[in-house]
Amino acid sequence: MSEVAALVALAATLAAAVARPRLAPDWAVAAVAAGLLVATGVLSAGDARSAASDLGPTIAFLAALLVLADGCREAGLFEALGAAMAQGSRGSPRRLLAMVFAVAAGTTAVLSLDATVVLLTPVVFATAARLRVPARPHVYACSHLANSASLLLPISNLTNLLAFEASGLSFTRFAALMALPWLVALAVEWVVLGRAFARDLRPGRSAPHGGGHERVVLPRFAIGVVAATLVGFALSSLAGIAPVWIAAAGALALVIRERRPPVAVVRATEPAFLVFVLGLAIVVRAAGDHGLQSAVDGLVPHGDGLLALIGIAAVAAVAANLLNNLPATLIVLPVAAAGGAGPVLAMLIGVNVGPNLTYVGSLATLLWRRVLHAHDHDTDIGEFVRLGALTVPPILLASTLALWLALRVV
Amino acid sequence: MRVVVWITETGWEACVETAAALAPAGAEVTLLAVPSGELEEVAAGGRAGLLGRRPPPPRGPSWDEVADDAARALLADARDRLAREAATEVRHGRVEREVVAACVGADLLVLARDGDDARLGPKSLGRHARFVVDHAPCRVLLVWPGEPPAAKLPPPPHEHGEHPPPPPPHERGEHPPPPPAPHERP
Repeated sequence: MSEVAALVALAATLAAAVARPRLAPDWAVAAVAAGLLVATGVLSAGDARSAASDLGPTIAFLAALLVLADGCREAGLFEALGAAMAQGSRGSPRRLLAMVFAVAAGTTAVLSLDATVVLLTPVVFATAARLRVPARPHVYACSHLANSASLLLPISNLTNLLAFEASGLSFTRFAALMALPWLVALAVEWVVLGRAFARDLRPGRSAPHGGGHERVVLPRFAIGVVAATLVGFALSSLAGIAPVWIAAAGALALVIRERRPPVAVVRATEPAFLVFVLGLAIVVRAAGDHGLQSAVDGLVPHGDGLLALIGIAAVAAVAANLLNNLPATLIVLPVAAAGGAGPVLAMLIGVNVGPNLTYVGSLATLLWRRVLHAHDHDTDIGEFVRLGALTVPPILLASTLALWLALRVV
Repeated sequence: MRVVVWITETGWEACVETAAALAPAGAEVTLLAVPSGELEEVAAGGRAGLLGRRPPPPRGPSWDEVADDAARALLADARDRLAREAATEVRHGRVEREVVAACVGADLLVLARDGDDARLGPKSLGRHARFVVDHAPCRVLLVWPGEPPAAKLPPPPHEHGEHPPPPPPHERGEHPPPPPAPHERP
């Protein structure tokens, strides 16, 4: 009975997150589901408390990073990056793609995939439109790199943040192990997207339009704060300071400099999302304790040999595509973490890169969006799926191979 | 005579030059642009993939406004290049269907190939141009966005003698061809 209750709670929480019903927002469903599981004794109060306290530092870390990204947006960082990309491209579509790759990979790695999806993508579209070059390669690049370039740092993706604690790695060692897999992923994306959009990337007949005339005023303070935060992360393990404090200091510096009102700061932390993550984690813990864990244990390969790592990445990619990478991480992580850092990082390659198979992150969301907007848009879904099929399997293989090498060398 | 010129980022110069050279003096020319909603949907899909997050809408002009402004700026440049009286029109919706709809009542559509323009062949037409060429309710003038590729035609197989076309089935001792159906008889 408890098994069924826990799985129903998990299904209801995920369904609310995908369908976003107005009357039952996902954060409320997650909180109520978690509360009911504890009230009915499916999950003991002690277990719920330990799940919550395990996740507490991660949630605080996430909130600080969201405020940091919000401060960068307020400081005009993304508009400045748009102007810099336009200037650097000198009107050439292929040079613009190179700039977009550099900026999207950097933004994703440092400010997380959310920043690339929400803040950078519209700027890239506007930049391409202003330069009068076809925007497709550049928008698709942003969309892909938000996922595949989120391998590098513990802060690049919420999945990494969740796994970081469990991996037992320091910030620097995490980055050192993931640097090569990250570069390999970028290289595969560059080759595949460059070929797929070769026609859109040819120079136009007319003289370059509107490029190179823009004045680039980079917000030096915000960039300085982000750089100092990164250095702080790197040094944090040496000094014995938890990285969450470094992130909080960086966020605070930008809040003060940008004179952000307290309401805006609270809104930037997305409190509803923090409640959702906490509720989801408790629900997943309950489902894990009641059979899900042992079911996943049977599916995920064990060990840290090359084949096992590839198997873990593949299972994680499939799970991320069926549900979404956030619940997939919560479900697979305990099993992967039992094998040490290697399996955890292989899992991250799967859950981070896998969502590129669909442009909405998971099959569940894709189906739901198709139901809602069956005929609204001129979407050539085939194109995105084709690009996903060309990039995701090679990246899973090559990046996991790179990870396996890094684990031996670093 | 009513002439519609479909203006796109990659082929507009060629279309405008063709219309300037070939449209008769008294022709009524409409320059048409249809911004695609595809990329906006890709971006919206990316946001939908952020499970549980409700990011505030980005600052600055909306996606539609950016696409619209770019389309209008392109049409203005196209009209300057055409150097004659012309109407401009921006339509929204499924690109290929909107172009066909804009051609109702027109006598001629000028459009550029939107596929792989480095090689002669069917792939030089992309998805949208293919649909428009097949469904436009008027005469269609299809131009290369740049210089046509200097590719040679593939050699016709039977002139080279090495691979003659296979004989018809009845000469190969297979089943004789079925008799023509009654209604096909002369």
